[in-house]
Amino acid sequence: MKEEWTTVIKPKTGWLDINLKEILEYRDLIRMFLKRNFTSAYKQTILGPIWFLITPLMTSSMFTVVFGQIAKISTDGVPQFLFYMAGNTAWSYFSSCLTATASTFTSNAYLFGKVYFPRLISPITTVIYSLLSFCIQLCLMLILMVYFTFGRGEAVHPNAWILTVPLMVLNMALLGLGIGIIISSLTTKYRDLSVLVGFGVQLWMYATPIVYPLSQVPDFLRKIIMLNPMAPIVNNFRYAFLGCGQPEIKWWCMSAAFTAVVVFFGIILFSRIEKTFMDTV
Amino acid sequence: MSDTVIKIDHVTKQYRLGTIGGGTLQGDLQSWWARVRGKEDPNSKIGSKAYKKNEKFLALDDVSLEIKKGETLGLVGTNGAGKSTLLKLLSRVTAPTAGEIYIKGRVASMLEVGTGFHPELTGRENVYLNGALLGMKRREVDKKLDEIVEFSECEKFIDTPVKRYSSGMFVKLAFSVAAHLDNEIMIMDEVLAVGDMAFQKKCIDKMLDVARSGRTIIYVSHNMNTIRRLCSRGVVLSKGRVIYDGETEGAISLYLNNAKMNKQRLYDFKERRRPDFMTDKVFMESLEVLGNEGCVYNDGEKVRFRLRFRANEDIEKLSLRMMIHNFDQSPIATAVCPDFMSCTKGKTYERDFEMDVEPLSGGEYKVLMAMYESDELGSVFDADAVWPGLIFDRVKKSSLDWKPRLFGDIELKEMEVVD
Repeated sequence: MKEEWTTVIKPKTGWLDINLKEILEYRDLIRMFLKRNFTSAYKQTILGPIWFLITPLMTSSMFTVVFGQIAKISTDGVPQFLFYMAGNTAWSYFSSCLTATASTFTSNAYLFGKVYFPRLISPITTVIYSLLSFCIQLCLMLILMVYFTFGRGEAVHPNAWILTVPLMVLNMALLGLGIGIIISSLTTKYRDLSVLVGFGVQLWMYATPIVYPLSQVPDFLRKIIMLNPMAPIVNNFRYAFLGCGQPEIKWWCMSAAFTAVVVFFGIILFSRIEKTFMDTV
Repeated sequence: MSDTVIKIDHVTKQYRLGTIGGGTLQGDLQSWWARVRGKEDPNSKIGSKAYKKNEKFLALDDVSLEIKKGETLGLVGTNGAGKSTLLKLLSRVTAPTAGEIYIKGRVASMLEVGTGFHPELTGRENVYLNGALLGMKRREVDKKLDEIVEFSECEKFIDTPVKRYSSGMFVKLAFSVAAHLDNEIMIMDEVLAVGDMAFQKKCIDKMLDVARSGRTIIYVSHNMNTIRRLCSRGVVLSKGRVIYDGETEGAISLYLNNAKMNKQRLYDFKERRRPDFMTDKVFMESLEVLGNEGCVYNDGEKVRFRLRFRANEDIEKLSLRMMIHNFDQSPIATAVCPDFMSCTKGKTYERDFEMDVEPLSGGEYKVLMAMYESDELGSVFDADAVWPGLIFDRVKKSSLDWKPRLFGDIELKEMEVVD
């Protein structure tokens, strides 16, 4: 007797058991989660979504003072504020993807324990939600670029590399997602990793050319720094908007390949864990 | 094609006892390194030998069930019988250890009322969020929104954040969303008991409508009245196994008896501590309940037991007193067996007794048992007493839902109208 079952629940699943169609069916859930995140983040705050603007402005100002004015690190002739802002915009997108995804299982345990939906929805929501603040920051940066160019006559050279920015964003999103879901899968058992994420991301930022241009890095260190998959992306991102330094194509390809591997393993691990994590978390 | 919508095929769910791993990476590495060197695991707890790391616990043990379209299945069982585990597997919250489950159609599971409700969002937004979580499309929610809001009786507050809601409004709204799902299979874990009495009735009526429309319902509850009203089929789980599958009434009576299975029938009083003020002229040794497997007494049944006791002195007039206490441990009634015998020092006796518990309302009762002697003037001297001498259950068919808090524990004979 052959029957048409819509769902089969089995003890163990294959290595790659991600049902993309199902995720699409739940797209309304992604939308509601986004709305929930947005509303809950800024309900009962005076400034509301303006916080999206305040944080990058404050960070960039701080960087300008500390690294630009006090440490006097060169910014390749680009206005210091813009230089730091570009780096920070890219980095904060990546780091928020990573940190939020990394706590997927632990912070959603109450929800995952009560109702089924494709678990990958949560990290995907996170990545999209971070994209929102990224876009706002990007707009702010563009406005400031216009101001610096025309208002103060500074040298800012946006170029055709801007066309590759969507690819860079995708790359950062996938890298953050990949590393994040690996960590989240492991944190169901080892809570240590969630501690590591906090300061790990901070240290990682200094290993990425955010507060310094690549040109200031000694030759022997440069190769090591470029092994960091975020380094070429941030470098190229800044080059695209501000025209400082050199675009790094070879290293970016390496970074993209690394991202692909990480995402692949992340999803495998995630699909292994998601079915039974409720028993271990 | 048959009309089976859920097929549970030899499903087993296993949990490991004790903590899983050390909880930290360092702990696990330590344990692993110790094992490699053949040393004792530094993380194992002292004295946990009997509690080996690999000791398994079967929450579900080889369960097989087939559920047909349009059935309303009531799942009953004591705590820890595996009901919720089964529902969790069906709703894909966790995966089975062995066996497979086949499902035809969309499953809506309500393991809890108000899952995913966010306090900052308004009632309306939460309806959409909760609907999406339960697998509804936005369009479906759009279509049903008015119906949902009306059902929940929260029209006025629908655009207020739910954190301002009273707990009653909250659960009403949450239940309404779930009750309006179009899914072919509904799984509910004790969720009908929300809101006030009127709303509960509304919920059950709604679920009856759902059942009539040909959808399948699996319902878990400890409330036998709802099970009786809603379900067409009953399944009893006990220690992870299906022990009954069939008529709802059969399931309920088996469950009620099974829940009480743990009642003792044989009591040994030898080691019991006695109150200080006893004369110790007799010593009750043991009690055995006669007949009645589960110590559950229905209408017309009497408590029969055999008491064994030793006389430490000669006693002329020995009596027995059974002081019945309710679940609050307040005394509510007493049965006496006066002057039933005289006894001689050093001898051991066995006597059978019968106690009529007809007037007691349904519930569990404990008996404080005392043997006493009375003199010519009617003064009473307690010789020996044990607590509890006997624990039993009374099941009474009553014309109304008996509430011991309001009505007391004694249900007198029904009144008659006299001209």
